[in-house]
Amino acid sequence: MKVRSRDKNDKIELQMTPMIDIVFQLLVFFIMTFNVVKKEGDFNILMPGKPADATLTEVAPTKLQLRMTAAGDGSLASMTLNDVSMAGGDPFQALHQDIRGKLPNGSGPASDADYEIEIKCDYGLKYENVIKAINAVNGYRPPGGDEEDIVTLIDKIRFAAPVK
Amino acid sequence: MRLHKEKKSEEFEPDMTPMIDIVFQLIAFFMVLVNFTKIDADNRVDLPVSSIAKPPGKSDKQPLMLQMTEDGQVILAGDTMAVESQEFDSRLFRESRRLGAIWGEAANVPVVVRGHMNAKTGDIQELITKCQSKSFQLFRLRAKIK
Repeated sequence: MKVRSRDKNDKIELQMTPMIDIVFQLLVFFIMTFNVVKKEGDFNILMPGKPADATLTEVAPTKLQLRMTAAGDGSLASMTLNDVSMAGGDPFQALHQDIRGKLPNGSGPASDADYEIEIKCDYGLKYENVIKAINAVNGYRPPGGDEEDIVTLIDKIRFAAPVK
Repeated sequence: MRLHKEKKSEEFEPDMTPMIDIVFQLIAFFMVLVNFTKIDADNRVDLPVSSIAKPPGKSDKQPLMLQMTEDGQVILAGDTMAVESQEFDSRLFRESRRLGAIWGEAANVPVVVRGHMNAKTGDIQELITKCQSKSFQLFRLRAKIK
């Protein structure tokens, strides 16, 4: 232990330069690793491998078939619902309006009919079109509603074998 | 600016070493905390967009997470493989056994399908058919919520 007489003023100089260097390093690190995670949601579909046994339903659901063909690059070439073509700039919007026309009160006890939709696509069709189609037929969010307020339209969805 | 020669030695030089040590400890701590793993959300898979997809509820039982890349390869537990490969077949069978025990039976196990928006529909359907062959029935097609 060094015992020295200190008769001078001790100036404690804190060197800020390395402190600032390290703090900026940390800042840059956290900025680079910042990850904006988008919320994800699911469409729940029950798809048994074997065809279901004849269920005891009082009313057989009305079957709809949605046929989507693909262009060479996988984009949607044409869309028909029970052989009625969905024309227009946005076929998914046309599809949605058609389904809403069939089920003005949504599905449920107050609904007029029970629908089941089978989606038949070309093999090379881009998957996003399938999700857009399910989005169009499954339901909608009424304007001014909460996040959880979703009116269900058709929830019985099946897939037919893809067309090669 | 000191013009005169310093005869005195500065005994109290604040030592930056422990400060930098602690700062590096902090950096190491946050580096371990930042999760770069792609087990459940591989950044190769860009989900399609939906406005009405329901956010998944919290469950203490884990579902089966399957991801499909743009070129039709499936990602299971961080490993990429072809849908038709023997490796995927055997691993899917093992998962059906393992998760079937947790959920009661394989038919009760939710299968979360995270498919790339540009993946071929036929590839996704083949994946679903493969899962059905292992007795999975409940599928959750995942999308980004707009």
